[in-house]
Amino acid sequence: MVEINASGTYYKELNQKIRAAVEKGEKEIVLKNVNGQYYIGAGFVGSTNITIEGVPGNDLAAFMDGPTLRIKSNAQDNISNTMNSGKVIVEGNAGDVLGYGMRGGKLHIRGDVGYRVGIHMKGNKKQTPTIIVGGTAGDFFGEYMAGGILVLLGLDSTGPLVGDYLGTGMHGGMIFVRGEVDKNLCGAEVGILDLDEDDHKILKDALTDYCKDFGLKLEDIMKKGFKKLVPVSLRPYGNLYAY
Amino acid sequence: MFKSLAPPDYLATIDREKCIRCKRCIQNCGWNVYSWGGDKVLIDTFKCVKCLRCYHYCPEEAIEIKDNPTKFKQNAYWSFNNIKNIKKQAETGGIPLTGMGSDMPYPILFDNLLIDACQVTNPSIDPLREPMELRTYLGKKPSNVKVEKTKDGKLKLAEKMPPQIKLDLPIIFSPMSYGSISLNAQKVLATAAKACGIVMNTGEGGLHEDLFPYRSNIIVQVASGRFGVNPEYLNAGVAVEIKIGQGAKPGIGGHLPGEKIPLEVAKTRMIPVGTDAISPAPQHDIYSIEDLRQLIYAIKETTNYKPVSVKIAAVHNVAAIASGVVRAGADIVYIDGFRGGTGAAPSIIRDHLGIPIEHALAAVDDRLRQEGIRNEASIIAAGGIRSSADVAKAIALGADAVGIGTAALITMGCTTCGKCYTGNCSWGITTQRPELTARLDPEVFGDRLTNLIHAWEHELKEILGALGINSIESLRGNRERLRGVGLDSFTLDILGVKPAGR
Ligand code: SF4
Ligand code: SF4
Repeated sequence: MVEINASGTYYKELNQKIRAAVEKGEKEIVLKNVNGQYYIGAGFVGSTNITIEGVPGNDLAAFMDGPTLRIKSNAQDNISNTMNSGKVIVEGNAGDVLGYGMRGGKLHIRGDVGYRVGIHMKGNKKQTPTIIVGGTAGDFFGEYMAGGILVLLGLDSTGPLVGDYLGTGMHGGMIFVRGEVDKNLCGAEVGILDLDEDDHKILKDALTDYCKDFGLKLEDIMKKGFKKLVPVSLRPYGNLYAY
Repeated sequence: MFKSLAPPDYLATIDREKCIRCKRCIQNCGWNVYSWGGDKVLIDTFKCVKCLRCYHYCPEEAIEIKDNPTKFKQNAYWSFNNIKNIKKQAETGGIPLTGMGSDMPYPILFDNLLIDACQVTNPSIDPLREPMELRTYLGKKPSNVKVEKTKDGKLKLAEKMPPQIKLDLPIIFSPMSYGSISLNAQKVLATAAKACGIVMNTGEGGLHEDLFPYRSNIIVQVASGRFGVNPEYLNAGVAVEIKIGQGAKPGIGGHLPGEKIPLEVAKTRMIPVGTDAISPAPQHDIYSIEDLRQLIYAIKETTNYKPVSVKIAAVHNVAAIASGVVRAGADIVYIDGFRGGTGAAPSIIRDHLGIPIEHALAAVDDRLRQEGIRNEASIIAAGGIRSSADVAKAIALGADAVGIGTAALITMGCTTCGKCYTGNCSWGITTQRPELTARLDPEVFGDRLTNLIHAWEHELKEILGALGINSIESLRGNRERLRGVGLDSFTLDILGVKPAGR
């Protein structure tokens, strides 16, 4: 294990230090006194565990391919931008535009998230990106979604569960929402369904891992029912053009 | 079935006297115009796009493709396309698509600019006898250089130069993705780029493994769909380009329909086979110059500070936007004029949005100079470069290099028929149908494209020689060596050139 003190260090220098530690084969890295530094873990490859104390800045884990990051507090915008694999665990709340174009790996957030989360997430045969939000989410949740799994739990929340334009332009993947979904909030491309047996299995698998990360009980979460949101068509804009 | 009231554009005809019934036209046509009727070739002329593949492959010169004489009555105001599109839209309710750059008769400024030459008072140079320097470096240039002496008395740079892309001549191949063009077409670009010491650009379709050997001649692109983007991809080429816009369709996204996504394209884009590949209109992580800066530096962090290019479409406010792009940290600003090509775009967008590259280039170069940041980024001008004369004029207007797309495709057989969006290109360029793409031999056509670039290289040297200069650097932004003909004073002012005779 190695500790790096981020206090007063510019992001470029901080990332160089972390990179050097990763390249030396360090498997456990703890970053102390992080205070808004951008790009932590951006483009990192491999299997290192990095624990972050303090609030990291934007573009955390952008393009990341492998490592696991645990953030002990809140985090900011653009986490897991176009991430390929690995895991990001945020113990507090997180900001806007999380998991943009994310293709693989997991993003687990204990608290609330902002706008435009999970936009254009995509998957393929080998990869299923997963974002699980413990609290509430803002507008444009899952917009243009092309693949992967988005889960919204609304645990211990009092405010509205989710904002407007839920799943607008969705053409792949699935969104699970704990509780009822107001059809008026959804884009026209989305259908709201009850879960079948396969869905339950997928959801349980995802949530089991999530519960482990935060010391939660799966039974507690599953007490309330879920709805599934899927695209009504894989070709939402199929009839738009004249040939 | 209801017969469309939009008449065919062309009449495909076969001279039955000459035809030997070899059926080559049937095999060659990607659009199924021809079929075998038992004793003769049948023609469905509604499908003909005048790509001329059949004409070139008919051994008897029996085929003639005529413009349909029975089109609508000529009308100086209601063009054939106006009427045809209305009929089509009335029949389908859809948006008519098109391919290639706009063919609308807007003024072409390149054709109203003339290049200077030397006579008597300063001698011209013979490029066949004297060296001519076309080498170009793309990237940030320092505003001043510090030099220091080493122990053995030699001079060296005191500070590290920002990273540069080295080009043997100021031309690059414009981004064209695997998916919009075939893998063989990309291989043609890659082999020619390598042979000519220049670069090609993947477009936003990912990088197929067959192109790995050409890494030092490749720029990889990141666009709103983020297809095929991971750390390995970002580090694969000599630079990374963020695509904000495209000249042919500024402000709108891309949309590759599922049926054009076979296995290899899907693998390269890292998406499932047969689903639509939708590139949203904006990148939803970029709503401001600050956001753009954030992505530029995320890419730099990921690539250990490779040069980052930002491609924007030429729009009304392009100068201010380009200034913002440079301040956001871009090493290269790629400006795509409204004549720029496309694999598919709504024709209403292609023909009516954006501005020409000539205006945009002059405005951007001026603006960056006025703000004292011209050295901070190189400018690539693209969108309708047709010849080495256009290249020279663009460079005199302020470009560091130009991008060519359509010209490169023409060397592969393209006749600019404009039907790329159908995915049936008979020349094997803008199609994924294996029987069509197999026609495009990367080696044969790689040589042809290399020939074109070398021919333009010779022409550029001749132009420089006539100008009495021996380096492309001396032409860069040198608008004093251009004159306008038939241009109004406003346009001359924007271009920063004098009228001919002054
Ligand atoms: S290619 Fe020419 S000669 Fe052969 S069948 Fe067609 S029209 Fe006749
Ligand atoms: S690439 Fe093919 S379809 Fe497109 S304009 Fe050229 S010949 Fe026509």
